[in-house]
Amino acid sequence: MKRVLSYLSHYKKDTVLAPLLKMAEALLELLVPLVMAAIIDRGIANADTPYIIKMSLLLVLIGILGLVMAVAAQYFAARSSVGASTKLRYDLFSHINTLSYSELDSIGDSTLKTRMTNDVNQVQNGINLTLRLLLRSPFVVFGAMIMAFTVDVRASLIFVATIPLLALTVGIIIAITLPMYKHVQGGVDKIFMHTEENLSGVRVIRAFCKEGDELSDFSQSNGELVRRQRRVGAISSLINPMTYVIVNLSVVVILNQSGGRVYSGDLTQGEVIALYNYMSQILVELIKLANLIITVTKAIACAHRIDGVFGVSSSIKSGNVTSGDGDAPAIEMRSASLKYATASEPSVQKISFTLGRGQTLGIIGGTGSGKSSVINLIPRFYDASEGEVYVDGVNVKDYDLSYLRSIIGIVPQKAALFSGTVRDNIRKGKSDATDAEIESAMRVAQAGDILDSKGLDFVIEEGGKNLSGGQKQRLTIARALVRNPKILILDDSSSALDFATDARLRSAISEIGDKSVIIASQRTSAVQNADVILVMHDGRIVAVGEHSELLRSCEIYREIYESQFRREEL
Amino acid sequence: MNKKSTLRRALSYTKRFIPLILLSLLLALITALITLYIPILVGNAVDAMIGKGAVDFRLIGTVLIKIAAVTVIGAVMQWLMSVINNHVTYSVVRDMREDAFKKIHSLPISYIDSHRHGDIISRVVNDAEQFSDGLLLGFTQLFTGIVTIIGTLVFMLYIRWEMALLVFILTPLSLFVARFIARRSHRLFMRRAQDTGEATGYVNEMINNQKVTVAFSNEENAVSGFDTVNKRLAKSTLGAIFYSSLVNPSTRFINSVIYAAVGMSGAIFSIVGKITVGGLTCFLSYAGQYAKPFNEISGVITELQNALACASRVFDFIEEKEETPSAKNEGKEAVGNITFEHVSFSYSEDKPLLTDINLDIKAGQHVAIVGPTGCGKTTLINLLMRFYDVCSGRILLDGRDIREISREELRKSFGMVLQDTWLSNGSVRDNIAIGKPDATDEEIISAARAAHAHSFIRRLKNGYDTPLGESGESLSQGERQLLCIARIMLTSPPMLILDEATSSIDTRTELKIQDAFSCLMKGKTSFIVAHRLSTIREADVILVMKDGNIIETGNHTELLARGGFYSHLYNSQFAGREQQ
Repeated sequence: MKRVLSYLSHYKKDTVLAPLLKMAEALLELLVPLVMAAIIDRGIANADTPYIIKMSLLLVLIGILGLVMAVAAQYFAARSSVGASTKLRYDLFSHINTLSYSELDSIGDSTLKTRMTNDVNQVQNGINLTLRLLLRSPFVVFGAMIMAFTVDVRASLIFVATIPLLALTVGIIIAITLPMYKHVQGGVDKIFMHTEENLSGVRVIRAFCKEGDELSDFSQSNGELVRRQRRVGAISSLINPMTYVIVNLSVVVILNQSGGRVYSGDLTQGEVIALYNYMSQILVELIKLANLIITVTKAIACAHRIDGVFGVSSSIKSGNVTSGDGDAPAIEMRSASLKYATASEPSVQKISFTLGRGQTLGIIGGTGSGKSSVINLIPRFYDASEGEVYVDGVNVKDYDLSYLRSIIGIVPQKAALFSGTVRDNIRKGKSDATDAEIESAMRVAQAGDILDSKGLDFVIEEGGKNLSGGQKQRLTIARALVRNPKILILDDSSSALDFATDARLRSAISEIGDKSVIIASQRTSAVQNADVILVMHDGRIVAVGEHSELLRSCEIYREIYESQFRREEL
Repeated sequence: MNKKSTLRRALSYTKRFIPLILLSLLLALITALITLYIPILVGNAVDAMIGKGAVDFRLIGTVLIKIAAVTVIGAVMQWLMSVINNHVTYSVVRDMREDAFKKIHSLPISYIDSHRHGDIISRVVNDAEQFSDGLLLGFTQLFTGIVTIIGTLVFMLYIRWEMALLVFILTPLSLFVARFIARRSHRLFMRRAQDTGEATGYVNEMINNQKVTVAFSNEENAVSGFDTVNKRLAKSTLGAIFYSSLVNPSTRFINSVIYAAVGMSGAIFSIVGKITVGGLTCFLSYAGQYAKPFNEISGVITELQNALACASRVFDFIEEKEETPSAKNEGKEAVGNITFEHVSFSYSEDKPLLTDINLDIKAGQHVAIVGPTGCGKTTLINLLMRFYDVCSGRILLDGRDIREISREELRKSFGMVLQDTWLSNGSVRDNIAIGKPDATDEEIISAARAAHAHSFIRRLKNGYDTPLGESGESLSQGERQLLCIARIMLTSPPMLILDEATSSIDTRTELKIQDAFSCLMKGKTSFIVAHRLSTIREADVILVMKDGNIIETGNHTELLARGGFYSHLYNSQFAGREQQ
C-alpha cells in the first residue's frame, strides 16, 4: 500500500493542490448556511430587501469561486491519478521483467495479467476519487462541526459524539469488505484465465467438442465471481443506511435538546435551523462518501495484490563479472542438480561435464529425461539447487546476468514468436541487427525460403499463428543466431524440421565456426557428430562419449540409434 | 455499435429482472418519500419552537418519535434496494459475460486466429466490469434521483407554488450542461476502452512469452514497448476522466445560483408574510434536495457514457458474424470414405492457397501428406475438421457434404493430435479424459500406458491428479505430446488426424507407442503429416503437396518409380542422412 501511495510523490503538486482546492470549495460551501441564516435573521426580521438582494448576490459569487476551484481540482486529481497509475503500471511491468523463471512459474500468468490491467485501473479510480472527495468529505464533516460550535457549544457536543460513531461504522465496514474485495479480484483472475485458455486452445476444444463443458466451467467461475460480488455488495451497501440512521437520530437528539433551550431563550429558532442544516450537510456528504468508500476499498484490495507482485523479487541475483577466462573451457558443470519449486523431486541430479571452446556437445535422452533442465542451468534461467555451473571458467552466479545471456543464443523447445514483422522478431535476438545480418542468420537457420517468399516485412500474428511449425522453429533459430553468440544452445529445436533440413542446418552452423554448440535432441543423427555426447536417463547422465564409442558401450544410446536407424534407412 | 442500440441491447438483458426492478423502484419511491418527509417533520418541530417561552413540547415529542421511526424504516428500505440493485446488475453482467464467452465458440476460427486475444479478453473482463460499475450507479442513483425530483416538486408546489415554478424552470439547465459534456465524453471513453484493450493485448502476449524475453535479455525492449502503449492509454484516460469530471462542478454551480434565487425570493415572500420562516427552511432544504438528484443524474449520465462505450465493445464482439450454423446431429457412425471435389481455399482473397483439389479416400486407408513446410498440409486438416470452410468445391464424408453434418458429429468422428500441444488448466486426468469425461480410472490409465505416458505421470507429485497449466507442473513438449496421444487412445474415434503427432517424442518411446498406434489406426481412415519416412512409406496413399497443390498421389513405390517431386524429396532426405 505504501509503495503504491509513493507513486503520488511524483505528482506532488497535483496531489496536494487537488484536495486543497476541494477543501477551499468546501469551505465556501460552509459559508452558504451562514449567509442564509443572515438573510433570515437580519433580512427578514428587519424586512430589509436590499440586504437580502446583496446577500443573494454574495451566494452567486461564492458559487462562481466554487466552480473555478472545483474545475481546477478535478484537473489536478485526474493528472495525479492517471500519472501515478501509469507509472505504477510501467514499474509493475518492469518488475515482472526482472523476475526469473522460478517466480514466473509460481505466480502464474493470468493473475499477473489481471494485476497489470484490471487491478491498476481500480487503483487509478481509487486515487482519483480519493483526491476528489475523500479529503473533502472529512473536511465538510469537521467543518460542519466547527461551524456548529460557532452557533452553539452545547448542541455541538452532539456533533462531537456523532462523528466518531460515523467513522467507526465506516471503518468496520471497510475492515470487513477489504479481504472480500481481494477475493473478488481472485475471481476476476479466473475469468481472465478461462477466456485466454479458450482462445488459445480453441482448436483442441472444438476438436473434442468440449465447448459445452468449457462453457459450464466458465459459468461456474462467472457465477462464483457474481456471488462474491453480491456478498461484498450487501455489506458495503450498509454504509449508506447506517450513516443515515446515525445522522437522523442525532438530529432527533439536537431537536429534543433545542426545544427546552429555545423555551429558556438560550437558543433562537434561526440557530436551530442552522444546526439542522449543518447536520444535513454531513448527511449529504456521507451519501457521496458511501460510493467513494466502496471504490477506495476495492482500490486498496487491488493495491495489496499489486504490492504482492512487487514483493516477489527475483531469486536470481545478478553478479558483476562481465568477462570470462579466455583459456577456460566454455562450459563446465560440477555435480549440478536442479529441483523445480513446484516439483517433488529433482529433475536432474549430479550433472558433471566439460565442454571445450568451439566444441559441440550433444545431449540425448528420452522424453522427460532432463535435457532441458540441464540447459536451463547454463543461462541461469534457474539456479542449480546443488553443485556449480561455470561458463568460460566463471561461476554463472558471478556473472552480470545480461552479459551472461548476451553471449548465449538459445533456441527453446517451444517456438514462441511475437506479433510483428519477421524483422522485429529476429531483432529480439539483437536489437540493432541490420537487414544483412538478419538475412544471413535466416539463411544459416535454413529460413531462406521464408525470406524469399515472405520477406522481412511479413507480419507474424500473435503466437506465430500464421506460420507452420517448421517455419516458426527456423525463425527462432535465426533469432538466436543473429546475436552471434559464443554459445549456441538448441533445445530440441529442430523437431519440426525434416531430416534433410535438420542436417543442412547443422552443417551450416558448424561452418560459421567459433562457437560452442549444445544440441539437445532425441535424434542420434542430430548429435552423432558432436565432440561429446551426454546420454541422459531419468535425470542422470548414464554415459558420456563420442558416437562410435557410445554405440559400443551404451545400451540406451544403441537402442535410440537403432530405433531411428531402422526406421529411417531400412 | 451506436449508443442507442447499445442501450437497447443492454436493457434487453434486464428484462428477466423486471419484477425485481419494479420492486426496487417501489423501494426507491418509499425511501425518497421518507427522505422528503423528514424535513417536513423537522420544519414542524422548528415551527413549534417560536422563541423564548413559546415552545410546544408535546408536539416536538411526537414529531421526534416520528422522525426516528421513519428513519429506521427508510434505512432498511435503502439497504434492501441496494441488495436488489446489486443482484440485478451483477446478474446482467454475468449474463453478458457468459454470452461473450459463448461467442468465442460460435465464431469462425479465422476470427480468433486474426484478432489479438488480449483485446477479446479485455472485452470480457474489463469492459464488462466497467459496464457493471456504471449500471449499478445508474440503477441506484437514477431511480432515487427521478423519484426525488418528482416528490420534491410536489412538496414545493404545495408549500409555495410560485417559488416551486422558479426551481422547476431553472434546475433542468444543469441537465443541458450535462448532456453537452456527456456527448463528447462518450467518444473519449470509447478511445480509452480501445487503448485498454490494446494494453491488455500487449501485456497478454508479452507475459505469455516472458521466458523468451528473459532468455534474450530483452527486458528493456519489452518495457519500452509497453511504455508506448501505456502512455497512449494514459493520454486517453486523462482526457476521458477530466472531461467527464467537469459535469459535477458545472451542475453544482447552476444549483448554487438557483439556491440564491430561491433564498432571495423566499425571504421577500416571507417579509410580505406569504411564507413562514419554518416553511422557508423547509423549502430551501427541498430546493437543495431537488437539485441533488440533478447533480447525481448528470454524474450518472457521464458515468453511463463510459458504461455504454464499454458495453458497445462487448456487444460488438457478441454480434460478430458467427460461423454458419451447424447441421443437426443424426447420430450416424462415420465409415470413413472421404472425397474432395474441386476444393479450393485461401485464408485471404489475394493469396490463393489450395486450388482445385480432388481426392478419393476409401475407408480405412492411411493417407500421408508430405511436402515442404508451408505447402498447405495443416490447411488440409483445418478443412477436414471444419475449422475453416472450403471457398469452393466440397468435401464429402461417406457421400455427405461435411457442411451438412453437424460439426459435433464430424469432429467426434476424428481423433486429432496436433503439433501444438494445448493442455487445459485441469489435472492430468482431466486432460486425458477430455474426449470422454466419463472414462473410468482404469480406462484412463490404460490409455496413458498405451501412450507410454503412465511412467512419467506416476513420477509427478500427485500422479494423475497433478494440476497442469498455470502454476501447475510444467511438462516438456514431449510429455505434453504423450498426453495428447493418450487422449485419442482413450476415445478411439473412427478417423484419425495426426499432424506431426510424435515430433517431440524420442524415437525409442515413439517406437514403443507405434505398436499402440498401429493397433489404433487399424481399419481407420487416417491422415498423417510426418517427416519420418517410415511412417510415410507404410501409407496407402501419399499426397505430395507443393505450394498449395497436390502434385503427386500414389504409394511409396509408385511415387519413387515415377521419379517426380516425391522421389526427389525422398532422395534428398536419404542423401541428407548419408552425408552424416
